[in-house]
This record gives sequence, structure tokens and C-alpha cells, in this order.
Amino acid sequence: MPKDPRIKKVLVIGSGPIIIGQAAEFDYSGTQACRALKSEGVETVLVNSNPATIMTDPDIADHVYIEPLTAEVVERIIEKEKPDAILPNLGGQMGLNLSMELARSGFLDRSGVRLLACKPDTIDRAEDRQLFKDTMEKLHQPIIPSKVVEDLDDALDFAEVIGYPVIVRPAFTMGGTGGGICEDREKLHEIATNGLRLSPIHQILVEKCISGWKEIEYEVMRDSKGNVITVCNMENLDPVGIHTGDSIVVAPSQTLSDKEYQMLRTAALDIITELGIEGGCNCQFALKPDSFEYAVIEVNPRVSRSSALASKATGYPIAKVATKIALGYTLDEITNDVTGETCACFEPALDYVVVKYPKWPFDKFVYADKSLGTQMMATGEVMAIGNNFEHAMMKAVSSTELGLDTMTLPDFEKLTTEEVIEHLHVQDSERAFCVYEALKRGVPHDVIYDITKIDWWFLDKLQHLADIEMGLKTGELTTEKYLNAKRFGFLDKTIKRLAGVDTLPEAPKAAFKMVDTCAAEFSAKTPYFYSTYDEDNEAKQFIAERSDPNKKKVLVFGSGPIRIGQGIEFDYCSVHAVWTLKQHGCEAILVNNNPETVSTDFDTGDRLYFDPLNPESVDHIIETEKPDGCLVQFGGQTAIKLAKHMDEIGLPILGTPADAIDEAEDRERFDELLERCGIPRPEGRTVFTLDEALQAAQEVGYPVLMRPSYVLGGQNMIVAYNSSDVIEYMGVITKHVDMSHPVLMDKYILGTECEVDAICDGTDYLVPGIMQQVERTGVHSGDSICVYPPTTFSQKVIDTLVDYTGRFARELKVVGLVNVQYAVQNDRVYVIEVNPRSSRTVPYISKVTGVPMVDLAVRCTLGEKLKDMGYGTGLWRNGQSPYYAVKVPVYSFLKLHGVDTMLGPEMKSTGEVLGIAPTFHEAMMKGLVAAGYQFKVPGPGSCVIISVKDSDKAEAAKLAWKLHDYGYKIYGTPGTAKYLNGEMIPCSVVRQMSGARPNVLDLLESGLVDYIISTSPHGRDPHRDSVKFRRKATELSIPTITAMDTASVLVDALRGDHDISQMELVDIANLHREAANGK
Amino acid sequence: MQAYLILANGRVFRGVSVGCPGTTIGEVVFATGMVGFEETLTDPSYYGQIITQTYPLIGNYGMNSEDTESGKIWAKGYIVREACKTPSNFRSEETLDSFLKKNGIIGIEGIDTRSLTRTLRESGVMNGAITTEFDPDAEPEKKAALLPEIAAYAVVNAVKTVTCREAKTYEPTQAGEWGDTPLHVALLDLGCKNNIVRCLQKRGCRVTVLPGTATAAELAKLNPDGLMLSNGPGDPAENVEIIANIREMLNTGIPTFGICLGHQLTALAAGAKTCKLKYGHRGANQPVSHISKSRTFITSQNHGYAVEDETLSKDVGQMSYFNANDGTCEGVDYFKWNCFTVQFHPEANGGPKDTEFLFDEFVSRMLAAKGVIDNA
Repeated sequence: MPKDPRIKKVLVIGSGPIIIGQAAEFDYSGTQACRALKSEGVETVLVNSNPATIMTDPDIADHVYIEPLTAEVVERIIEKEKPDAILPNLGGQMGLNLSMELARSGFLDRSGVRLLACKPDTIDRAEDRQLFKDTMEKLHQPIIPSKVVEDLDDALDFAEVIGYPVIVRPAFTMGGTGGGICEDREKLHEIATNGLRLSPIHQILVEKCISGWKEIEYEVMRDSKGNVITVCNMENLDPVGIHTGDSIVVAPSQTLSDKEYQMLRTAALDIITELGIEGGCNCQFALKPDSFEYAVIEVNPRVSRSSALASKATGYPIAKVATKIALGYTLDEITNDVTGETCACFEPALDYVVVKYPKWPFDKFVYADKSLGTQMMATGEVMAIGNNFEHAMMKAVSSTELGLDTMTLPDFEKLTTEEVIEHLHVQDSERAFCVYEALKRGVPHDVIYDITKIDWWFLDKLQHLADIEMGLKTGELTTEKYLNAKRFGFLDKTIKRLAGVDTLPEAPKAAFKMVDTCAAEFSAKTPYFYSTYDEDNEAKQFIAERSDPNKKKVLVFGSGPIRIGQGIEFDYCSVHAVWTLKQHGCEAILVNNNPETVSTDFDTGDRLYFDPLNPESVDHIIETEKPDGCLVQFGGQTAIKLAKHMDEIGLPILGTPADAIDEAEDRERFDELLERCGIPRPEGRTVFTLDEALQAAQEVGYPVLMRPSYVLGGQNMIVAYNSSDVIEYMGVITKHVDMSHPVLMDKYILGTECEVDAICDGTDYLVPGIMQQVERTGVHSGDSICVYPPTTFSQKVIDTLVDYTGRFARELKVVGLVNVQYAVQNDRVYVIEVNPRSSRTVPYISKVTGVPMVDLAVRCTLGEKLKDMGYGTGLWRNGQSPYYAVKVPVYSFLKLHGVDTMLGPEMKSTGEVLGIAPTFHEAMMKGLVAAGYQFKVPGPGSCVIISVKDSDKAEAAKLAWKLHDYGYKIYGTPGTAKYLNGEMIPCSVVRQMSGARPNVLDLLESGLVDYIISTSPHGRDPHRDSVKFRRKATELSIPTITAMDTASVLVDALRGDHDISQMELVDIANLHREAANGK
Repeated sequence: MQAYLILANGRVFRGVSVGCPGTTIGEVVFATGMVGFEETLTDPSYYGQIITQTYPLIGNYGMNSEDTESGKIWAKGYIVREACKTPSNFRSEETLDSFLKKNGIIGIEGIDTRSLTRTLRESGVMNGAITTEFDPDAEPEKKAALLPEIAAYAVVNAVKTVTCREAKTYEPTQAGEWGDTPLHVALLDLGCKNNIVRCLQKRGCRVTVLPGTATAAELAKLNPDGLMLSNGPGDPAENVEIIANIREMLNTGIPTFGICLGHQLTALAAGAKTCKLKYGHRGANQPVSHISKSRTFITSQNHGYAVEDETLSKDVGQMSYFNANDGTCEGVDYFKWNCFTVQFHPEANGGPKDTEFLFDEFVSRMLAAKGVIDNA
């Protein structure tokens, strides 16, 4: 059937802030959906609270609302915009849940809005545990023995029946939040209690644990005619028991014969048919390794992370096709964009191997529990393509940016073989490396299999890599040996290191192959390539046939996997850079390895190279492409790291030169720069050793800010208050950071932090806006609530900020973007750091000011001048804005066990939301609501616990008074309570967690605690009482505020009489039209 | 051991020997299925051909004795990028290499199979040779001597070579829904895959497999309830006698179901024409739409020739299915006979089982003809 003519205006709901389990993949699917809608002439309305996304661009949707994702807000948007239909299945679990809420409440019916693609009962049958069981039984699909329970005793009883271990899966939580494997009754007690609480419908599934079975996934699609296809199947290297988001995944499956493959394929198609889904669906199976026995584990009735991966792994655009199906088209009517000739109703054939490798935040959270289970921990992932498994695996390891060039993890090399074998039992993020170490030591495969249940096929392949690595270390490096190592993914640098040689035989040239969905059966038009060491270079032929020789060719480096500190913002920047290049007569060539992103969509750039972002890999691409230049300033630290290499090989960097980066990062050169600019900065030192650090701290005076140079997102950054802090942190830092770069120590200035992004053309500069941080210095800028425009700065301060930014920009010869962070103390402005590149705040500030920053910056790098672009120079609109915009960070603490939730100089947030409103208070409230803060009204017995360090006690007293006045009962730990009582504030004492019961733990579990304010002089170490207290509160989902400034704005918002249901809904597409017209 | 693939156009791929040493000449084709290599290797339809697998890692799950589609490998050679030496699957009995050796098949691995596939796609199927006996670059005279031989190669007498020599009957593995009396199907073996037999057996049919050269009179003696025309290799038009036999059989009004070569020979018997496709359809992902466009199915295919539907007389039959990619004929419903045929493989193995319902349709036709059920 053709497109349904009744659909003229569609609402798309995004997935909100990036959190673990819901990351950039939904920006990718949502963006693809919006573009598909647009191409069909459908007007789109988009709502998403996440400003860092591409989907919230006015170029992508016609009406863009960066508003809190609550039913109330979406209802108001529907009333205002009057869409004909709502597209629920492309915005992750968030979008789906919201849509279902609106459908169930009857609101959609009342408003005459159609729900496309799925029905509430479809979703229930996939997601409600009991209905899912019933559906599978009806289909004769085996499932694991399990029972849905709604109270703890039932869970414990059922576990006795089926026997331990059992797995707990809470209903309607995303990414498996609150679930886990329970070995015994005690563990089940703990996990079931927690799971029941986290489930919005207070329901969990207790099931028989089948760990050790193979985990296989199928991505399937269906249309309204009932046509069904499989886009891709995938096999997890890790057996069942580790969340697929935390597993190393291979596509297509490797160890399944046609019988097993078709058996599970048929099952997946039967399931999607029975559920009646029109769109995409993900089915996960467990397959017994020694029989045809299998079980359906999970069905996701929507576009998911796995479907983003499947799209990139095959070239098949699932989100786009799902959108067209929702509009009424059928699979046979949709063209396969890749070939341009064949239809979308087919199954991609791969002629390569794909490896997905997760990116975990454990390099940042050194105290976090690294063990993996049924709850996802990874913040992002990389994908690698090779024509053999080994090459793909080596590319994946390089792309994760762990500092490894083989699968050898130095920590494991130090262990004895017995210790390595023992460590195989530990199911954590490093297990693949442990297996590799065991293989290098010659541990028999059956020993490894018995412990890990990783299939022999994978063990054999890893053994092959281990053998190559060991082989390179011994004997002469023959040409044959060298070429063999190359073919299986060893980099020249690695081969030199392992073989202990300086010169290598003549290097083979990489040949690029096309990802074409059809294994070369049809001639494809997709400019999507990966490297091999084959003969035939298809990219070269493609360039010869299709590239325009008159166009300037520019290489754009992407930002790799999503991680804390380098998130989706940099994909936003890379994608915009590409679009601007294309609009200005250039060919844009993208290199990236993150399957979740818009940048790796095959129609984003003129050509896409899905390969690691290391110098050798990039050299091969340059050899084939022969570009005129490259852009490094938009892809975060991943791209910046390549700048020096580009300089060495002589590829022109468009815009700010590589040397400026060094000048900004190198302490001594930076000091000289400041001197030339006449700008003050906090006193600081550069140190390499502990002794130097202690000495420097003494000279500068405590407290000091310590951080390694050349890092992003405040990785391993701390405030040290005394020498023992310095000793502890030097220990941690030297363990995790390459010490060829020094540690920076600065005098810690207590003041207000602010951030300024500017665009510079070498002469003039434009500051779109200044962002003021709510939290005082000491909290990482990425974790601070941030306000545009500033609320408390004098005109003098603002003038100084703009002036300093301009001085830096000129002195560093910035052409493009620059980001400067300042601390303001008593009207004096200090510089904290300068980054001559795009920053985390670029998408946010672009959206709220209407200044297309990346677009202007790229045009600067192409030689245009700011004064000709129509946005003026200096401070945009003199800092005047019709709206306030408040950015609020969002965390994934619930997923990360053992991580202290207290904010500090090291970034911890995974995502952010934005609140936009005409007044500061309204914007703040919107931001807090969007970030998930609940505005509770104190009921009988409701209380707030306050436990703060001495320096915060005076401020805490003010807040306590306000909270008391608002109706809360106040509890304090002994020191805090004593202080508050001394200030005549009623406050009851509660014992610390280590004290005798009843103590604060019982209070937390009482359900009466609405908020917690907790700060402590020390954090991090999970054994400390204060950290345990905050962890417990997090696990119980009690809002815990760990910075006094955050507490202050929250308390004010609580007491304010703003009603979110009355606040203006801001269509930021209008803001942009006004900015562009105001030229 | 080194091995070389020499194409008729002179292009040489250097690789490593897998399976037996020696020299083999055949028609080089490519198959895109990502699983099912054992089924592919043992499919008689590949008679005379050298198979290239586009998926790079072949033999990962090993070979077993249950998944063969005939008693041996009929292909002339095998080309893979990487032959797995350490397969892993609970049913695996041996490696690809040993299976090829046991069957006396010459293979080559370690070549750029994607480049080869692109060549075949652009120039169409091409003859070629795999040799381990000389290096064509080092001994160009040997290559020059072999090239005319490669060029002259043609797949002939295909059906007569692969068909069984004598009839054999297989009992049903499950009772039919209509009762205990099995339906009796005569299966004309034109190069039959085992799974066609299995699909009928599990639907309550007793299957008598007949040599492809069986006559209408021989068929009449069996008095079967239905006739199944199997898949098979080669140029359909060369089977002049068999086509005449089939015409005679169909004229009796017996319910008939044809697959692949069986489909093509039926069309030829009805007076239509077949043509050779540029590089054929070989894979497990071919979309086939019903003529009403009510549904499109993913099918398993393996054919180099196709029925030209416009040559089919309107009063004889009409196209029932077409390929959603290139529009070629994928099935015919006949008016003048009680017969329907498909170009694709509803019996799968390897590939999707989405069209296995066609066997149910065949069973219904037989029951209807027998008067057991009303005409469906």
C-alpha cells in the first residue's frame, strides 16, 4: 500500500538525555526517522529534552521542542501543534513508554492523534512479563522457566522450586536496570527487593539461570501486509548472562549451522508476526551449545541499540524503513537505498565480519565494580569490519581507545598462569583480555571453555591472534610473517614494538571494500568502506568514477565511542561540519567507528570510512583519498589526538593549527601565552613524580586542583586538600595515565565558573553566549548546572570575559572554534583552561542562541570572514536573549556500582537536558524536571537528611531552614545535626551507616526520605561511610544532592510557585528563523 | 600448497589449496548465503560449476552427516576466502578441507572473493580453472595451453549425470492429517535435493524417487497421487526427451509441483522459452512477490536460467510469482494442467523456510484430486 494520505503532521518523541542503556543510537534512529518523514513531505514535530542531539536541530524537524519528556508536557505540545499521528517506536524505551502512557490514558483518542507502528497491547505482550510468557506459549516458543511475581516471598518460593542460580528481571525498566543473577537466597532477597521497587508496575520476573548458553540476536522487520525479513543476526562472544550491551558481539553468527540459523530466524519471524509489529523488532535467544534446544530471552518491539548496530553492520537503514512502514508503505514498495535498484524486502548478505566492542566507563571510575551481568554498564560501543575475524577484533580493540594495541593487558602479564586461570572466573569488562593472556600462556582451550563458556571457535580465533603476537616476539621478522600479521590486524607500530625492530618490510597498501548489503551481487552506490589487505581497492574506483575533481576534499575525523566526557555533542559537531562542507562546495570524507551515531550513516558524508581513528589507519585512508585537508577540531579528543600526526605527514589541517593545541595544553607554553595576552590565571605547577607533587602543593598552598594533561572530561581530576590526598591521587593517576605527559597542579580558586565558546576567523571573533555555572569551582563543568545568559555577572565581568576570549583566539591563531573556561572571584576573572576546538557546550549554545556555530566555524576554516556571515562579531546581541536556558546534567549512577555520586572536578554525568523559558526560575524548573527531579510536596512524616562537611554547614543551615519552613522534617548525621540545632533549626540526629541499628539505613528504607543533601571532604573510596550512604540512597532512587549550590537552586525551585503546566512551550525552530532573519 | 584460479578472461587469483590437489575446470558462479555451505556443496544443481562463497569464513561449524543434500559433491570446485581449520558445533564431524578431500574436490582459499564476485557480476558467469599444478605467472605457456580448454568447457548432460539410476521409495516420517493412508508421490529426480523428499515425508507422503529419464508409462505403473519435479543442474533446454516425457505425464492431469529445474522443464513442456541469466540467483535472501503483490517472501535460490514469462501462452498458464529485485519469473500456475511450479526452493536447506507452505498446497491438491477433501 502506498503512503497513508491522512498523515500530514507527525510527532516524534526522542529518548531524552544519554544514560547507560539509552545512548546516541536513538539520536541516529530519530534523525533518520525525521529525515524520512521530511522526504515524504510530512511536517514533523520533535520533542526531546536532550540539546546535544542532531534530531533537535531545526534542519531536521519543522518544530523542535527541547522540553521535559513528561506526559503532561507532550500533551501540551500535541494540543499546540495538533499532529495527526505520533511515531512511538524510534525514541527508545523513553519514547515508547511516553507514547503508551498517552495512548492508555485515552489522550491520543480524545485528541484524534493516531498511534503509528504499534498498539499498546503489542507493547504489553512484548514487555509485560506474564503477557510475554502467554504469547510465547501460544506460539509454542520455548522460554526459560520463570514466574512473574509482585512480592518478595513469591520470588523466594519460586526460586526454591526451580533452584538457584536464578535471574531477576524487573518489568518495564530499560537496559535491565535493577536486575541480576542471584546465587543464593540472600542475594535474591536483596536484588528482588530492589527490582520490585524500580519497576514502575512493581513486578519482576524470576527465572532459571541458563548462563553458558549461546546468546543470539535477530533483527527483524514486518510491514502491514505481513511481509517479514531478517536484517541481521548476531552472536555474542560472551554467553548468556552478560547483557548484550556489555558483550562483544559478532555479525553474522559464526558457530550456527543453517539448521540452527533458520530455526531461530523462523522463531523471530513468528514472534514479530504474532505481535503484529509494523516496523523493527529485536529478538534475543539463548541456544544450548550441545543441542537444538533454545529459549526466547527477550523481545524489544522497537528500534533499539542492536538495530542501530545491525543497520551499520549491514548497511540496511532500519529506522528509515521502519518510518516508511509506519507511514503505510510496505517493504516491497520501498527501494533499497544502497543499490538504488533492488527493494527493501530482502535480507542483507554480508561478505565480511563485524565485531562490536563495548566502551565502559571504568577507566574513569577506578573504584567502580567492573563485573558484568544482566545490567548494562557500557556508555558506548565501537564497531569494526574486517574480512577475517581477527582483523575486525584488532580494529575494535584499537577503536575503544584503551591505550592497547593488541589484546594484551599489561596488568595480566604480571600474573602467574595459575592466577590468570583463577581470574578467568571473574566475569568483568576485562575478561576477553584475561582469556587472551591465558591463551598466550598455552592454557588448554577446554580449561578456558569450562570456566568461561566462550565458544571454541572464538577461542581458536583469539589463539590465532595470541600466536601471531608471540610469534612476532621471537625469531626474525620475515616478510611473510610481517604480511601475515598485517592481514590479521597488527599495526606497524605494534609489529615494530613486538619484533624489536626499527624498519619493516615494504608495507602492504590497504584496499577498501564497500558495505553494500548484498555481498557484491548488485552494483551499489553506497560510499561506505572498510579497510582490508586485499587487491581490489573499491574506494579508489569509486573516487575515480564518482568524485568531483573540482571539489576540495576534506577529511573529517569523528569522535569514536560515546564515553563520559566525550559524548554525543561531538557527533553533533562532526555531522554539522560535514554538512557545511558539502554545502560549501567540498567533498566531506568521514572517518569514525561508532555504530550508534548519525556520523556513521552512509548518507551523511560524501564517503564514510568505518575504521579506527589511529594514525596508521588514517594514513591508509589518506593514501586512497588524497584529500586536500582535514578537520580535527570537531571530533573531541579522539580527533585532536590525530592533529600532531597530520602535521607530521603534512596534510593541511583546516583552521586552527596543531601547534595551537600544544600551546594550550603545554603548561609552560600556556603560561607564556597568558603573559602575552596579559591574562591572570591561578598559580600552578607541572609535576611528574610524587615528590614533585608534594613540593608543588606546598608552594602553591592547599587546596590544589590536580589533573593529568591531555585529557578530556576531567578524567582523573581531583581537588586535594592535604598531602594524603596528593599521595592517594598520584598513585591512582600514575596507574591509569601515560606518564610521559605531566600532571598539572593549580591553586584551587573558589568562585563562579563560566564557559565561553567563540568562533574566530583569525581576525574577528564572535561569542554566541556566555554560560554561567551554578556550582562553584571544583565541580566539573560537564557536571554543573549551567545557565545562559549569566544571571549574576556585572557588565564589567562580561566585558572582561569577551575581551579575554578574543585575546586568546587571536593569539592562538584560532580559525574555527575555541572554548575557554574561567573562574570569577570578586569580579576578578581567572582563566582555567583554553581548548582551541569544539566543546561539549557547542550544540547547546547553538540551539539557544540560534547561532549555527559549527557552520560558521567551518566556513571560517574555508577562508570566509565572520563579518560577511551576517551574525556580526563580538558578543552576539550584546548578550541579550529572550529566553533563559538551563542545562542540567544527568547521571547513570544506578548502573555503576561502587561509584561515589558526589560531584567533583572529575566528570561523572553521561548526558544532559535543557530547560528553556522566559525567566531564569522557570527555565531552571524545566531543566530539573527534565533531568528527572521530582518536585514533591511534603506529606506527613516526609523528611530530608542533611549530612555535610564542616565548610558547608553554614549554607546547609539556610537550606535546612527553608526546607523546614516548607514542611519537611530534618534529619542530620551527628555533626550536622549539632550544628543545625545550634542555629535553632529543628533537626533530629540519625546514626551513620556504621553505627548501631536503627541507623540512617533504616531511615532510607522507610520510604519517608524525599531528598538528601550530602557532602563530605572525601569521596571516591567505596568503603567510606559517606560514599556508602550516597550509594544506598542512589540505589533506592532517593534524590541526593552533593553540591551546596545545586541544593540551593533545587530548594528554591521547590518553594517557588511556578507551575510547569503554565510555562511557555518554546519552539526553537522559531528562534533559529529569527536569528537567521535578524542578519 | 599454492593454488591458482584462472578465469577464462585470463585473470589469475593466487591462493592456497584446500581439498584435493590437481586441476579442475568449471563454470564459476557465486553464492551469497552466509550459512548452509554443506547444503550448497552437496546440492546437485551445482553440477559442472565451481562455487564461490561470498561470505569469507567458511567451515566455521564443520561438516556433519545429517545436512548433506545428496550423496556427494557435484560441483567441480570450491572457492572460499578462509576455510576454517578448527570448526565448532556440536554436530561437527570433520573440517571442510577433509570433506572436500573425501569427495575428491579441488578447492582454493585465500583469494579476494569479493573482487572475483564483482568480476562475475560485471561480465556474467565465466568459466575458470583451479590448479595446484603450476604457477600461471611462472609458466605462462601452461596457462596459455589451458585457456582454450577453459573457454571450451560447457555443462552438458547435466541431468543425466546427476539423476539416480534406479527408483527408490521412502516411507513417510509422520502421518498425514487426513489419516494413516499415505499419499504416494512420484518424484522425478532431475538432481534432487534430499530435503524435497524430507518435506514430503513429514507431510504424510510416501515418496518414490524415479530416475529423471522415467517415462509417462513408467509413471503410470506406479499410479501415484502426485508428481514432484525436482531441482537440478544445467541448461534446461538440453533435456529434450525429459521435457517430452513431462508433457505426457502432465497431460494425464496428475497433480504436479515443480521446483527450480522442474519449473523450467514444465514451462518448456508448455511451449515457453528459458534464457540464461547474466550471473544467476544463488543465495538465501532473494525476495519473491506473489503476482497479486499481496505478499513478498524471502527465498532460497540457485539457478542460472529463468523462464521467460512473456513466452508463456496465456491459455496455458500464468506467472504466479516474480523476483522483486529484477522482475524475472519465479513461478507459474498452469490452467491446462493440474500443476504449479516455482523457480525458488521452498524446501530451503540452506536458507529460509518461509515458503515451505507450498508443500502443503501440493498435498491439498493431491487430496482434492483424490476426493479426500474438497478442492481447496
